[in-house]
Amino acid sequence: MQELEKAGVGSVRVTRKSDKVVVIEKDLVTEEMLLAMGPQHPSTHGVLKLECLTDGEVITQAEPYLGYLHRCFEKHCENVDYPAIVPYTDRMDYLAGMNSEMAYCIAVEKLMDVEIPRRVEFIRVIVAELNRIASHLVAIGTFGIDLGAFTPFLFCFRDREHILSLLEWASGARMLYNYIWIGGLAYDVPADFNKRVREFVDYFRPQTVELFRLLTENEIFVKRTKGIGIMPADVAINYGWSGPMLRGSGVKWDLRRNDPYSIYPELQFDVPVPDGKFSDVGDCLSRHLVRALEMEESLKIIEQCIDKMPSSEGFNSRSAIPKRIRPKAGEVYARAENPRGELGFYIQSDGKSTKPVRCHARSSCFVNLSAMKDLSKGQLLPDLVAIIGSIDIVLGEIDR
Amino acid sequence: MEEGKVVSRSLQQSAAAYAVIHEKFGDALSAFDGNETMPFFEVLDASLWVDIALYMRDHPKLKFNYMACLTGLDYPLEEKLGIVCNFESIGIFPHKLAVKVKCAREGGSIPSVACVWHTANWQEREAYDMYGMLFTGHPDMRRILCPDDWEGFPLRKDYKVQETYHGIKVPY
Repeated sequence: MQELEKAGVGSVRVTRKSDKVVVIEKDLVTEEMLLAMGPQHPSTHGVLKLECLTDGEVITQAEPYLGYLHRCFEKHCENVDYPAIVPYTDRMDYLAGMNSEMAYCIAVEKLMDVEIPRRVEFIRVIVAELNRIASHLVAIGTFGIDLGAFTPFLFCFRDREHILSLLEWASGARMLYNYIWIGGLAYDVPADFNKRVREFVDYFRPQTVELFRLLTENEIFVKRTKGIGIMPADVAINYGWSGPMLRGSGVKWDLRRNDPYSIYPELQFDVPVPDGKFSDVGDCLSRHLVRALEMEESLKIIEQCIDKMPSSEGFNSRSAIPKRIRPKAGEVYARAENPRGELGFYIQSDGKSTKPVRCHARSSCFVNLSAMKDLSKGQLLPDLVAIIGSIDIVLGEIDR
Repeated sequence: MEEGKVVSRSLQQSAAAYAVIHEKFGDALSAFDGNETMPFFEVLDASLWVDIALYMRDHPKLKFNYMACLTGLDYPLEEKLGIVCNFESIGIFPHKLAVKVKCAREGGSIPSVACVWHTANWQEREAYDMYGMLFTGHPDMRRILCPDDWEGFPLRKDYKVQETYHGIKVPY
């Protein structure tokens, strides 16, 4: 750039790609333009508004505006009983209802000191991991669509449909399950459930390879994502990133491993972290890669759970549910690894009421999105779409 | 902590981390509340909060580089508002610790730690949006989830919802 200035070139417009500075325009005088992206924009994955200040094609500032989907989750929680909050958690992250329910139930169980039957734990992990795959399929499919690849989206939704059918069979609902209850489950799984899940695992394993060849190794897709929106590991931690976003920056941090809950310590699985050979560590492609590789790990977990699960003989999924859910006075912060990162619940109980005094949800994508301003600065406008897609936001969870 | 009580390993780690902070700041901190579900201490002198935060982040024995969660709280009986922050140290130490800071209910303010952890930026904005305590030194103190012209702070215990918003009836 300095050389260009020395050569007497007046106005230079540049963007960042990996660690290189790319010159886009020279000697062109333009005014800064305010461009509103959203609230109704297909690639904002819901109702998010980004107010972009652009200099030609380059973004000088992108300011997110949220709250279009705010439904006062935390206020509602203070007015209903503990078990009645479970359906609300479904409606936060509607793509991963099982995971949200599990995080909430873990928090209340920790406060009440409830002993959970082993079979319940296995069923919870199976449905949560199935839901994780379903959620990653939506993330990968819509990420492709954002960048102009339509076919992988259809493939992803076809496979997701199998998972939704399985979860519907178990719980009676396709997205908003209310299946995991405090201390147990709404129902035991149907008789042939494990057999069908195994069939799905056998069916889905080759599909992940196909998806890899179709999208992840696709030349155009790689060109659009590699080196875009790089986030260094230390800044990512400082921004409170978690889940695939943090692992995309090369930090091996998975709550299932580092702060284990449920039966995860007994299970064998890897925590995929990009090594920098295929992608630049911390870019959009790395974050996509982590999600794509994680689906395989979820399949491994599901298989192990099916093998180890205690039989249903004499099992009552509601046996450990406390008669009256009234935790002792105290506070708890408990979290679980959601498809989008760390979903935490802060719950405060006064020990007298059956309603929480305070219930705060620490939303993973809310925190991940807060880095948007830094992440998009100096990027090209089309790359902004890639960055939002790679964050994998669900506005229901951000706005709560 | 009570003498002779068996405590878990994670609680011992939290207590050790608290001891390091207490050594430096002494009376500015409350005693350590060693409960099993969320061990915490309270910052009694809120004006030292940013110094304590920097100390917690940078001290070689603490290295709390990750602020997991910041929650706003209302204490109507004490006439106070407050926040509780959950910290941990990713990839360096296994310890976890929560910190509480309180301020006056009307016109109170808490120093902002957005300069220490970037993640505090939006989480403090959310606490302000819901409870109305100001964070001094925050780079961008606006509402985040509610509209800018919304009246009142919804999560306060004595909150009364406004009758109309731009001519639209609000309570249903």
